[in-house]
Amino acid sequence: MDKVQNNKAWFLVLPVLVLVAFSAVIPLMTVVNYAVQDTFGNNVFFWHGLGWFQDVLTDDRIHGALGRQLAFSAIILAIQIPLGIAVALCMPKRGLWASVCLVLMALPLLIPWNVVGTIWQILGRTDIGLLGYSLSELGIEWNYARNGLHAWVIVVVMDVWHWTSLVALLAYAGLQSIPQAYYQAAKIDQASRWKVFRHIELPKMQGVLLIAILLRFMDSFMIYTEPFVVTGGGPGSATSFLSIDLVKMALGQFDLGPAAAFSLMYFLVILLVSWVFYTVMTNLDKAEGK
Amino acid sequence: MARITLDNLAHSYLPKPTDDDDFALKQLDHVWNDGEAYALLGASGCGKSTLLNIISGLLIPTRGRVLFGDRDVTRADTVQRNIAQVFQFPVVYDTMTVGDNLAFPLRNRGMDPAYVAGRVQKIAAMIGMDQVMNRKARGLTADAKQKISLGRGMVREDVNAILFDEPLTVIDPHMKWELRTQLKALHNEFGHTMIYVTHDQTEALTFADKVVVMHDGRVVQLGTPEELFDAPEHTFVGYFIGSPGMNLLEAEVSGHMARVAGHEVPLAGGYRALDGRVQIGVRPEFVSLSDDDEGLPVTIRRIEDVGRHQILRADFAGQPINAILPEGAPVPADAHRLKFRPERVNVYLDDWRVPPLHSVATPQKEAV
Repeated sequence: MDKVQNNKAWFLVLPVLVLVAFSAVIPLMTVVNYAVQDTFGNNVFFWHGLGWFQDVLTDDRIHGALGRQLAFSAIILAIQIPLGIAVALCMPKRGLWASVCLVLMALPLLIPWNVVGTIWQILGRTDIGLLGYSLSELGIEWNYARNGLHAWVIVVVMDVWHWTSLVALLAYAGLQSIPQAYYQAAKIDQASRWKVFRHIELPKMQGVLLIAILLRFMDSFMIYTEPFVVTGGGPGSATSFLSIDLVKMALGQFDLGPAAAFSLMYFLVILLVSWVFYTVMTNLDKAEGK
Repeated sequence: MARITLDNLAHSYLPKPTDDDDFALKQLDHVWNDGEAYALLGASGCGKSTLLNIISGLLIPTRGRVLFGDRDVTRADTVQRNIAQVFQFPVVYDTMTVGDNLAFPLRNRGMDPAYVAGRVQKIAAMIGMDQVMNRKARGLTADAKQKISLGRGMVREDVNAILFDEPLTVIDPHMKWELRTQLKALHNEFGHTMIYVTHDQTEALTFADKVVVMHDGRVVQLGTPEELFDAPEHTFVGYFIGSPGMNLLEAEVSGHMARVAGHEVPLAGGYRALDGRVQIGVRPEFVSLSDDDEGLPVTIRRIEDVGRHQILRADFAGQPINAILPEGAPVPADAHRLKFRPERVNVYLDDWRVPPLHSVATPQKEAV
């Protein structure tokens, strides 16, 4: 058959281009637009160059938020990944209880972010919250609205409660795909429980754990709703993570320029870190395959 | 090393087995002599792997006892039994090197490092992997992985027995033969009891001194390859072993004569009156074309030349009969009768072999 040359065929790509333009490119470009301009109101803008980016990079407030954000993500990963694996290891492999466990584990994932925030906000209160009341009855001066450490504890515990299930479910799926013969062979080889975990289960779970770490990193790095509902970023700026700070800056103070520059860099940081994660893990995989 | 006795054994995967069909492994009494190589032969799903897992301690039988020597190990775990087992599909520890994989069972038992190194080197040479000892096991081909599994099974010298659960399924044919020869050599050298599960009769007959044939959760015959060939105790053994399998024909038997669809077939021995489903069985090797009017009238369907001999496939009163004829033997166009060697005809009552009444002339003795 003869090849037909017809450049009108390019129009077939148009719907996709339009869709992508309106869903991603144009909104992003408005942000880029704000990031390089300044305004004194009345919708009049003038060129500001890279000024906002310089401001953001040297801003102590944003450095603080970035530090808190990194600490938060690190703590979250350090708790949720091992805990999720541990939960997955304890779950029954088959039968009725396996299904019951799966449903129970999936429940926290189905609750909307702001509801989760509200639940923990109330739970932590000393007057009507079960947790806060019990703690204060035990003689602990519990006040997450005043005490920065307490605020961190409740935000971290809340996130662990909300998202460990995801890691557990992924790890469980990884564990279920290990053929029975591996466990039998390990028994014959007289491998200890630890060695079974170290040499069979962990390597077989590597793929799903990579996904779990990536998802949990990205989600925790962008966390907004839950800490906003519980602590509002306080006390002071103790739990002001990047996105909380960003929203304060953009909508609270209406500093559109710095906020736009900030969000662009925020986006690039997430992209970069995810890419580094992915490359490192896949290279690790390849190196072992050799 | 020890003699392994299975006493009154039965196993069901159901929590409350009621009738015979619920049992994957039916009533079984069996002794595996120390130092012999056995093949456990049977079709898929006949209970071979179940039996193997009970011996190694991965499964605890519903009923009965397992004895190593005089010690009851029914409830003992795999560690106490000290048994090696190789599985059907390769099991390697992906993150370890080939050498570490082989050393794993020894290190877990706290063996002396110098001994471990020497032993691993020896086994690696045996399975032909001493060149890749420092390679990660991940990314090796399936048959390389299975060779590692085999190596791990053989690396311990003090085991009570080595069990193989269809270990050569994923290995390519040329390597299969080589590995089987090595297993056999290893058996001769160290004298471990070996139990080799397979559904491939060639593998079973070439590997083992004794072949145990299982069918539907039972051991139907234990014997040397010759015994299985000459006097199959069960019709299953008859048609499962041999290629093609034994011809089985519905018959009535009285005295020295069997009647098959109105035709008489002479028998070597005399038989008592039999009550039940009676069949006669004769291997294709002992069926020949008749050049006179004796024998069973058949319709010849086709002749297959398989190289060293020809297989003649025929129909007799709606039942197939196969015969093996020597290579190049002429088949006349008007050939239409087959006869059996009377001393090679076995009689079966409800699938089990009935010995002749005056059994002076069993086939093997006659052959001597």
